[in-house]
Amino acid sequence: MAEAMIKAVGLTKKFEEFVAVDGINFEVKKGEAFGLLGPNGAGKSTTMRMISATSQRTAGDLHILGKDPNQKGPEIRAHLGVVPQSDNLDRELKVWENLFIYGRYFGLSRAFLKKKVDELLAFAQLEEKRDAKTDSLSGGMKRRLTIARALVSEPEILLLDEPTTGLDPQARHVLWDRLFRLKEQGVTLVITTHYMDEAEQLCDRLIVMDKGRIMAEGSPAELIKQYSSKEVLEVRFGSTKNAEAAQNISGLGDRVEVLPDRILIYTEDGEKVLKQIVKLGFEPVTSLVRRSSLEDVFLRLTGRQLVD
Amino acid sequence: MNSTKMTWQGAAQIVDIKKAIFWGPWYVAEQRLRNMSKWLVSLISFGLGNPILFLFAIGLGVGSLVDANAGGKAIDGVGYLAFLAPALLAGAAIQAAMDETSFPTLQGFLWEKNFFAMNATHLTPNSIVIGVLIASLIRAALTTLLYEIVLILFSAITWASVLPLFVSAMLAAGAFGAAMLATASKVVDDDGFFAIVGRFVIAPMMLFSGTYFPIASLPIYLQPIGWISPVWHATNLGRVLSYGLPIEPWLFAIHIGYLLSMFVGGSLIAGRIFAKRLDS
Repeated sequence: MAEAMIKAVGLTKKFEEFVAVDGINFEVKKGEAFGLLGPNGAGKSTTMRMISATSQRTAGDLHILGKDPNQKGPEIRAHLGVVPQSDNLDRELKVWENLFIYGRYFGLSRAFLKKKVDELLAFAQLEEKRDAKTDSLSGGMKRRLTIARALVSEPEILLLDEPTTGLDPQARHVLWDRLFRLKEQGVTLVITTHYMDEAEQLCDRLIVMDKGRIMAEGSPAELIKQYSSKEVLEVRFGSTKNAEAAQNISGLGDRVEVLPDRILIYTEDGEKVLKQIVKLGFEPVTSLVRRSSLEDVFLRLTGRQLVD
Repeated sequence: MNSTKMTWQGAAQIVDIKKAIFWGPWYVAEQRLRNMSKWLVSLISFGLGNPILFLFAIGLGVGSLVDANAGGKAIDGVGYLAFLAPALLAGAAIQAAMDETSFPTLQGFLWEKNFFAMNATHLTPNSIVIGVLIASLIRAALTTLLYEIVLILFSAITWASVLPLFVSAMLAAGAFGAAMLATASKVVDDDGFFAIVGRFVIAPMMLFSGTYFPIASLPIYLQPIGWISPVWHATNLGRVLSYGLPIEPWLFAIHIGYLLSMFVGGSLIAGRIFAKRLDS
């Protein structure tokens, strides 16, 4: 059995009276890609800060690499790679210097870093930008540089806080590809995200968080199987007609969710339900049959969407 | 496509944690020095240009007037340039230290947030504080040395006084740099704070600290401004060390004690504020 890189028991963080993280338990194994999924304010980033040993817990136990971050913060941090939510690159420095200086923080020798910087530039596909200042980089490039920077010390665990927020779809896919490669190399990844597709793509296992608590835990496939149906039929009748249509089709499928702009019908066969709706005399303006996703899991668990 | 397979030994193999923690402040200073290196030409130009302008305008202009009217050794028994030199050096060193502890602190916390990047490694808030101070002292040392070269060329100081004046200027830089670092680390929104500091702290400090005339020439109710100013303590110390201004031993001890206390106190306070902001 793989060793636990991170173990949290009853992990709690309070800011005065506000409980940001409310007694959560989880474990991350070596080489695993572990996700914290939830909407803004769910407690993901606060949990991440405790894991990154820069925020002390209020209660509970937390061990990272077998050490307590409240006691051994700097020692733990020396073995972590952290990719924060917003890039904090040195704007005055060139791309290669950002990697070099970060490596120097860990006391890595200049000779080692000379080689490592080239390797990381290749990994991040930034070789042509080597001598550019970071201000001239696109958002996706900055993100890749921030990830490359976090890898300079060859961390045991890479923590990524909302790694693709604000990136266009192409940049996100390039970044996912790089993260996949890290996973293949056996790097333990901990990722917070509010994008279900990102969690599905990258995570072996994840916890769904809401209001500081864990709502569910498992692999993306397990969660979908447990909390949703195989398919989802999305139908739109127009904003004024959705409510009336929903009343009449509520018996169809396993479950019906009425959202402000559309109705979701959870079923094993979306096409079949669509035909039944038409038979009942309702003609949707648009319809879509799709596979269930983590978004549906979250909706089921909390009654809310991930991205409001 | 480039080969993206990386060599990977793991942090446990490549990071010497004890060495990394011990040298942490120096690694922070390296980051600041590399930032500074981007402005090296400007730093050297200002480092040489400022004293040249000051010495022509104040030293030679005002100095020749003072020496002509009051005699060549009218103030403390030395010429006006020799009297002025310790104050100019202290002022220049303070300015350099302020440059490296004010806006770079906002850069670290607000604009680029690179203090948070440092704190994500094993570097602690105290390592960062010490590192920023080391870098500010190196910058102040460079400025002071450039200033001293110009002072030597103007025959304002002797070779024998180069080292003592350097020490007094560095004490001033350390004291003011630490105080400024503690102050700047409290700033959460850059709303012209440093313009206010420049106008209402730096300017009065330079004017009422015995920079251009002995502090005793001021009315007694204005002299306390000088007494609390690191510029006066460093300037008076420099005058003692460079041309032997006679002062009581207790006052000599107060000058050194005041500057060192300001350095230590400012550093400790800065460390606490950094910790509060970085480790929430």
